[in-house]
Amino acid sequence: MEILVLLKQTFDTEAKITVKDGHVVDDDVTLVINPYDEYAVEEALKLREAQGGAVTVVSVGTDRVEEALRRALAMGADEAVLVEAPAGADELTVAHALAEWASAKQWDIVLAGNVSVDSGAGQVALRFAEVLGLPHVAAALKLEVGDGKAVVHRDAEGDTEVLEVTLPTLVTAQQGLNEPRYPSVPGIMKAKRKTIARVTPAAPVAAATVVQSVFQAQQNRRNTMIKGSPAEQAQQLVQLLRGEAKVV
Amino acid sequence: MADVKAKIKGGSFLLQTANPADVFTPEDMTEEQRMIGQTSKDYAKKVHGKLKEIEANKPAVSRPLMKEAGDLGLLALEIPEEFGGLGLDKVTATVSSEEFTRGGSFAVTLMAHTGIGTLPIVYFGTKEQKAKYLPKLASGEWVAAYALTEPGSGSDALGARTTARLSDDGKYWILNGSKQWITNSGFADVFVVYAKIDGEKFTAFIVERGYEGVSVGPEEDKMGLHASSTATLILEDVKVPVENLLGEPGRGHVIAFNILNIGRWKLGAATSGSSKYMIEVAAQYAKTRAQFGKPIASFRAIQQKLADMNIRTFVTESVAYRTAGLLDVVLGDLDLVNTDIKEAGKRIEEFAVECSINKVFGSEAFDFVVDEAVQIHGGYGYMNEYEVATAYVDSRINRIFEGTNEINRLLIPGTLVRRTMKGELPLMPAMMALQDELTSLTPFEDDGEPLAQERYMIDRAKKVFLMLAGLGVQKYQLALEHEQELLLGVADIAIEIFAMESIVARAQKALAAGKPGLKPEMATVYCQEAFERIGMFARNIMPAIEEEGDTLRTQLSIIKRLLRYTPVNVVALKRKVAEKVLDKEGYVL
Repeated sequence: MEILVLLKQTFDTEAKITVKDGHVVDDDVTLVINPYDEYAVEEALKLREAQGGAVTVVSVGTDRVEEALRRALAMGADEAVLVEAPAGADELTVAHALAEWASAKQWDIVLAGNVSVDSGAGQVALRFAEVLGLPHVAAALKLEVGDGKAVVHRDAEGDTEVLEVTLPTLVTAQQGLNEPRYPSVPGIMKAKRKTIARVTPAAPVAAATVVQSVFQAQQNRRNTMIKGSPAEQAQQLVQLLRGEAKVV
Repeated sequence: MADVKAKIKGGSFLLQTANPADVFTPEDMTEEQRMIGQTSKDYAKKVHGKLKEIEANKPAVSRPLMKEAGDLGLLALEIPEEFGGLGLDKVTATVSSEEFTRGGSFAVTLMAHTGIGTLPIVYFGTKEQKAKYLPKLASGEWVAAYALTEPGSGSDALGARTTARLSDDGKYWILNGSKQWITNSGFADVFVVYAKIDGEKFTAFIVERGYEGVSVGPEEDKMGLHASSTATLILEDVKVPVENLLGEPGRGHVIAFNILNIGRWKLGAATSGSSKYMIEVAAQYAKTRAQFGKPIASFRAIQQKLADMNIRTFVTESVAYRTAGLLDVVLGDLDLVNTDIKEAGKRIEEFAVECSINKVFGSEAFDFVVDEAVQIHGGYGYMNEYEVATAYVDSRINRIFEGTNEINRLLIPGTLVRRTMKGELPLMPAMMALQDELTSLTPFEDDGEPLAQERYMIDRAKKVFLMLAGLGVQKYQLALEHEQELLLGVADIAIEIFAMESIVARAQKALAAGKPGLKPEMATVYCQEAFERIGMFARNIMPAIEEEGDTLRTQLSIIKRLLRYTPVNVVALKRKVAEKVLDKEGYVL
């Protein structure tokens, strides 16, 4: 089984985000595999362990992305490919760059994260599937693959939908799909000996969006503690909601 | 690195100026070493969530966790590949040890196993012993422990009363005695035990838990380290197969002391990791705790604490990695399949002084860091539900085990003198040459390169060291070993010198790489404070060596001239460090 995982490198979820001169500063920040993509890597490895085959991870970005790909290799992926990011790339550009490279090969299943924790657009994987004409199922909580099809339990706003889809297909991972392993030391040593292939898109697709400004969101949350007996508290709450917040 | 081996000898940092290129720094780590650190951290974080469970039932929870560490390869780092290990270097072991400390006192279980439990077999075992034990210890199938201390022999390890005698058929060593405060005793499968053959020859043995006559006492009720097992190991006519004698009869001290050397450096690494974690905890608390209507982090008094904690940790870390780099130079090409015991002992012993420095500096720096972390928490820090309280009591043992800090301080001048006598360290010629230098001291001149005054301070501190050590040797000669106050003071100066030099070299390297961060600022602050302390040590020691009178006055005036410098505004530098610590909510560089 040929398994492809689309992977993005993002800020560590605990990292502090600083905006300077209209850009997010990433100098001192720890970068990780986007957590949702890590579920996808884990699921790919489990699929391979159960059914055989190979896991390839691919990402679009700069040299730094090698770190994330190396981690996926250390977790157990067989191959890794880094597609150079076209200038001014947006989700459309990235999806096409990935699809251009991926179209050269037949994949049985493509896995990706449901969304990235940084920009959170949730577009690349689905656009990728559209470009390659693959069916796609988003936000998988459980995945069973066999007989040329996949049964996907997906998170539908809190409910679970069960879908059956024929392979090849693209499935995105939701939190809860699995518990990603961390790389073992022998895995890390093995990954060290692997080369990460480099690809430059031949026909990059221009971005369809323009970022006009980036700014730090201001948090103006204030806490007011209401005191008194329950009845007094309720009274005061209503007054505040009506008088200050003007919501009732 | 071959040329580094030729020019850097144990203790030589006191006699020559370090070339930053020869000083290993954390920034020199490879991607794989960092990744192994990350895996160690991920693992330790998981352990952290289970600390309460471990405390409630040590064997049942600890063993599967050890197996899990084994599956991840974390117990195999320092074991040769031929015996189921990964054959990795000491730098990797350093980063891994730092991160293990996030697993609270379970780190003690794990590190006692991989360190004092396993390494005696790695460095001093026969091929057969290695083949029999190391694969199981690497995988976590078996857990190891180390049994040296006895009720009557702690620092005086060679005073052990446990005995070994050969059985009549010559097939077994019969061991009798009891070993106290043995980490992992509650569930270890194999113990490295020290006993005296016929009550005389101090020797190491590999003892399996299953041998008849081996038993373990109840868990000790300790001040801290509640997630680690500590109990007495009792040996009653235990028949140990003759092939389980480790090393050579009567040469147990070579194993005991050298394994301690490695343990001391690693304790330095561990305290570096523990300190970093406490900085995170304290910075986060300072930002959330409000008094007088604002977060206490906004007060300069709190900021100064965080800066001091960060700077001290910067030193511990720099010292640990520098030492790991040195150990890798001497141990990197050691044949661990067909071990020459003598050679192994000689190589580990090379950097004994540096290893003791790691132990003393790291344990005291962490004590300082965790104490300030409690202080920042105020009364809440005294409550057991806060993690700083646990860390505070856990920290205390670091200054005691692996050789008390007093023993380790005394070992520094002791080892230097011994190496000098053996012709391994040209301390005497340096002391002689100093006499001339002292008469023609030139004041500080800025060479225009960064950290000029700090480099000058290091050079001057070395002169102070040589002067005091030289005068001490001259006056007391062989009786010097009884002048413990003097020896402790001289040791403190040596420790400060190694500390200053390690951070200045690191800052220089970082500057050359164009990524200095706050390293030069932290080096400046630490050097100034250390230089002041060196002055205090020197002024206290000198009158104890020279009689009152003209000579003493002359010597004191030389000391004064040697220690002259222009103070910089460390308050401003610390504010800079604190700002970044608070911004990152953790250790910064």
